[in-house]
Amino acid sequence: MSADGAAASTPLLEMRTVNAHYGAVHALRDVDLSIYEGDLVCLLGGNASGKSTTLKTLLGMLKPTSGEVVLDGEVVNDKPTSYRVARGVTMVPENRRLFKRLSVRENLELGAYLRSDTGAIAADLERIFELFPRVKERLSQKAGTLSGGEQQMVAMGRALMAKPRVLLMDEPSMGLAPALVQQNFELIQQIHEAGLTVFMVEQNANMALSIADRGWVLQTGRVVLDDTAENLLAHPDLRASYLGQADT
Amino acid sequence: MIRTSGPRRRAPRTGVDWFLTFLRVAALTVIAVGLLAFIWQEIDTDNPFARWANPNATGLTGAQFRGLIVSGVAQGCMYGLIALGYSMVYGVLGFINFAHGEVFMVGAMTGMITSNKLADAGLWESNFIGSLVFIVIVSMIVCTLTAVIMERVAYRPLRGSPRLIPLITSIGVSFFIQNASIVLLGPAAKAYPDVPDWVKDQHTFMQIEGARILVVVVAAVSMFVLWYLVEHTKGGKAMRAVAEDAEIAALMGIDVNRTIVKVFAVGGAMAGLAGILWGILFRSVIHTTGFLPGIKAFSAAVVGGIGHLGGAMAGGISIGVAESVGPLLILEPLGVSGVSQLRDAVAFAVLIGVLLLRPAGIFGERLPAEDRT
Repeated sequence: MSADGAAASTPLLEMRTVNAHYGAVHALRDVDLSIYEGDLVCLLGGNASGKSTTLKTLLGMLKPTSGEVVLDGEVVNDKPTSYRVARGVTMVPENRRLFKRLSVRENLELGAYLRSDTGAIAADLERIFELFPRVKERLSQKAGTLSGGEQQMVAMGRALMAKPRVLLMDEPSMGLAPALVQQNFELIQQIHEAGLTVFMVEQNANMALSIADRGWVLQTGRVVLDDTAENLLAHPDLRASYLGQADT
Repeated sequence: MIRTSGPRRRAPRTGVDWFLTFLRVAALTVIAVGLLAFIWQEIDTDNPFARWANPNATGLTGAQFRGLIVSGVAQGCMYGLIALGYSMVYGVLGFINFAHGEVFMVGAMTGMITSNKLADAGLWESNFIGSLVFIVIVSMIVCTLTAVIMERVAYRPLRGSPRLIPLITSIGVSFFIQNASIVLLGPAAKAYPDVPDWVKDQHTFMQIEGARILVVVVAAVSMFVLWYLVEHTKGGKAMRAVAEDAEIAALMGIDVNRTIVKVFAVGGAMAGLAGILWGILFRSVIHTTGFLPGIKAFSAAVVGGIGHLGGAMAGGISIGVAESVGPLLILEPLGVSGVSQLRDAVAFAVLIGVLLLRPAGIFGERLPAEDRT
């Protein structure tokens, strides 16, 4: 593949008719997703719709029972998480999940665990300080002592330290005060504008669709809608399901 | 930090609370009375208070007291070295590996075999330091392998099962290693070769046996090396990350299984080192050698705050000193008979006392369990 056209036609990260099970529970049913370089896309769904399972499958923490997970044109079904992280897939987990007993600096350094390019790591650290000046002030503090908003910054910083090509965000609005949610989504937008591909998983459909280009809606493990953000926002089914009514 | 200010709401006190309070007060009273009686004896051996409860109490001289402290510290350093293995494995996997005491026994046995071989060849006498370094290295290698194989065969297949299952398995592993030792080496106690005089003799430097100085110095150096490895290297950072949240550590690209193997290896190496020090100090080893030191080292890990490295060492020294000094210092003036037989009781009383007063251990810390927003 050489031309730009080829790059645009090959998704960076893809799921091809993936099925996944937790024991007897059929968690994902024939899910098709494709994330292209430069995308800012989101996966929407309520509780137990399979959103987290999708992320786990993409990262290799759960093996699909059938179908393929494709990273940059390569089927990675049998590759471990570390292989995928080394090739540019990184996640900001739900509720941030920092290493609370470790210092902020150590948290950030762990983000770059698989990298050995010391000079570039230092440069990336500087870039993160520019993005989040507050983080720099707290470097030697234990991560568990930071406020929720600061922890969110460290979690993002830690993910960016891996030098990702695609950033997976698990419920970025979860467990944050409304003002911080707003700030967080602005941050995601900012990171995306700086050239990063972002895939968000969210319950807060309005918030996610306000910044995303495109989205999928997941219901009991099946993709029921796949459309642009504007169309989804206007879609009657989506409005209905987020008003808490049962689906048709 | 957000803290709710204002008075703390008190839960209604139950019978259990009253009982615990009573235990705390009783424990502190016993310690206080014993200490007072002791101090009084130091000032005046003929004071009535020293014999208030025990007409035959002899009191301790300053030199005896110092001797007890020194032997307690040396003993405690060994407990601490073993405790590191309990503590690190608990930190990473969340279960107590009761077979760890047997790794220590394997170390002492390896040292016994190697040192006797060296003594036969005449090297033990002619080059004691060189031989000592050699048996330490051999023992650390054997123990590292023992611990790693143990993890691979007994614990890894159980990963993901409830904690109780590897715990019970570890008791099985412990019996297995003890009995393997009987099969391979016989059930009798075996002796280390004689050590040079400078190790045995008391030195003019505070009249301390050379062996005890050796134990303390070696323990201090290895503790420092371990601390450096865990706090300042990439592998150590990975260990701490896995200990805190294995799932997220894997997300950073850390190979969790390999990190767990490293933790077992480091714990095994420390136990091997402790085994040699034990051999040099007591010069006798049997298949049950690992049991009591193992249990005490486990207590040391809990006393220090399980999962905390410095805590393991501090806990070890606390227990070592307490069981060495405690019987004569606190129990004898109180009129307890046969005090020197009670060292184990004192050691475990320290464990119970610390758990009552400070359940997380000396250095144990509690971070808020759930996220604050």
